[in-house]
Amino acid sequence: MNIFKKFGLGLLISLFLTISANADKIRIGTEGAYPPWNSKDASGKLIGFEVELAWALCRYIGQQCIIVEQDWDGMIPALQMRKFDAIMAGMSITDERKKVITFSQGYADEVASLAVMKGSDLEGMDTPEGVNLTLGGSSVNKALKTITGALAGKTVCTQTGTIHQNFLESGDVGKVNVRTYKTQDDVNLDLASGRCDVALAAAVAFTDYAEKSGKPVVLVGPTFSGGAFGNGVGVGLRQASQMGEDSAQGKRDAALLKAFNKAIDQARKDGVISRLAIKHFGFDASM
Amino acid sequence: MDIDLLLNSFPKLIVASIITLKLLSASLVIGLFIGLFFAILRVNNNLVLGKFAYGYSYIFRGTPLLVQIFIIYYGFGQVEFIRDSIFWVILKEPYWCAIIAFALNTGAYTSEILRSAFQTINPGLIEAGKSLGINNKIIFYKIQIPIAIRQSLPAYGNEIILMLKGTSLASTVTLMDLTGVAKYIISTTFKPIEVFVVAGSIYLFITFIIHNLIKFFEKKYSFE
Repeated sequence: MNIFKKFGLGLLISLFLTISANADKIRIGTEGAYPPWNSKDASGKLIGFEVELAWALCRYIGQQCIIVEQDWDGMIPALQMRKFDAIMAGMSITDERKKVITFSQGYADEVASLAVMKGSDLEGMDTPEGVNLTLGGSSVNKALKTITGALAGKTVCTQTGTIHQNFLESGDVGKVNVRTYKTQDDVNLDLASGRCDVALAAAVAFTDYAEKSGKPVVLVGPTFSGGAFGNGVGVGLRQASQMGEDSAQGKRDAALLKAFNKAIDQARKDGVISRLAIKHFGFDASM
Repeated sequence: MDIDLLLNSFPKLIVASIITLKLLSASLVIGLFIGLFFAILRVNNNLVLGKFAYGYSYIFRGTPLLVQIFIIYYGFGQVEFIRDSIFWVILKEPYWCAIIAFALNTGAYTSEILRSAFQTINPGLIEAGKSLGINNKIIFYKIQIPIAIRQSLPAYGNEIILMLKGTSLASTVTLMDLTGVAKYIISTTFKPIEVFVVAGSIYLFITFIIHNLIKFFEKKYSFE
């Protein structure tokens, strides 16, 4: 056997070993740019609530996991193209997303809020503390009316492809001048620079930014939940029907859904989700 | 392949390509003047101005366009005295930030294209002008510039096509150009292939038109 054959064989063996080593691992996709849900530390390591929760859930499932980074705007297509098997990226469970993927039960819930820079004329908006769009009613309608008036003529910034963008474009708050960004970091930067009059995201995304940057970002108006804001954050998974329910891949996807649901049940019972939520959010956002 | 999505996204992407064309034409016009200005500085005998022009082209050709647009948009936005200055009126708008970045970038490449065109002009043509008693200014405007433009047409056509694709970076600073709208449609339909196929075809079609326009001008201004 000459040296090239040896080298080629070695390459093949190592390739085979890598593939078989990864075959039974669960690959979990996250964005790594939405603190405190998921983010990266200075060395580029993925950290945050969902990263730690993912490791915990994998222990309950009893399978090894790999956490994969993926830009938010390609998250769902990447799941469907099997770049990874599950999404844990602060993704809210909404009817729109359910048309193309499926979700485990929710593991955490967190409200959305508008934010401005200190000194904005939107400060001191007269609204109730929280608005649940699913409940509706006259107080909700009145609050939406107040917000519609306040947002008129303002540039409202938000991350692209989020529940927050959906809400702003739903017509609930009139016709809004929406500007969309690839990441929440970019939204924060332009809120601070003054290009955005007001921004909409998860309330903790703003408080986290204000805390870390020292910029005078303040939350205004009510906190939002329900309706366009979905029903909590869950693990996004492929629909078993995507590859055919009887196919090996379809069966694996269906089994993953069951496994994640069970693991979330156990993690909740053991208080793991609450503990991680308090550690990262400062309050118990588990559900 | 989702044919409905192909057909539905097509009109939206056509409308979006108007923004792309606006960005392209504005930055090309401004960039051409910048390029001509710096090319003249380069062929000038003044050493300091020549070095300055060289430095400009070196920096803008040596850094990625994405980095340039980020520095102009997100970078300048973080600096307080820029925000307080009158420039903020322009720099506040993503549209102008994109045009400034694109114009400076294409200006650097254009200056190199024109410089080499100036330097390859047959000296005999200039000497012929001089021997006829035409003054230097008129030689420059009537002989050197027209020849340089003709010489640089093929290379400049290339630059226009590169710039067309460069405008897709405008979507990173919130502009809803062809790529921006394509990404927006994908964010609601989760189907990247169909939408990018349509967007790509539109870019290809625009390139086809630019390519043929340049070919037309090359023929029209050929020396034969």
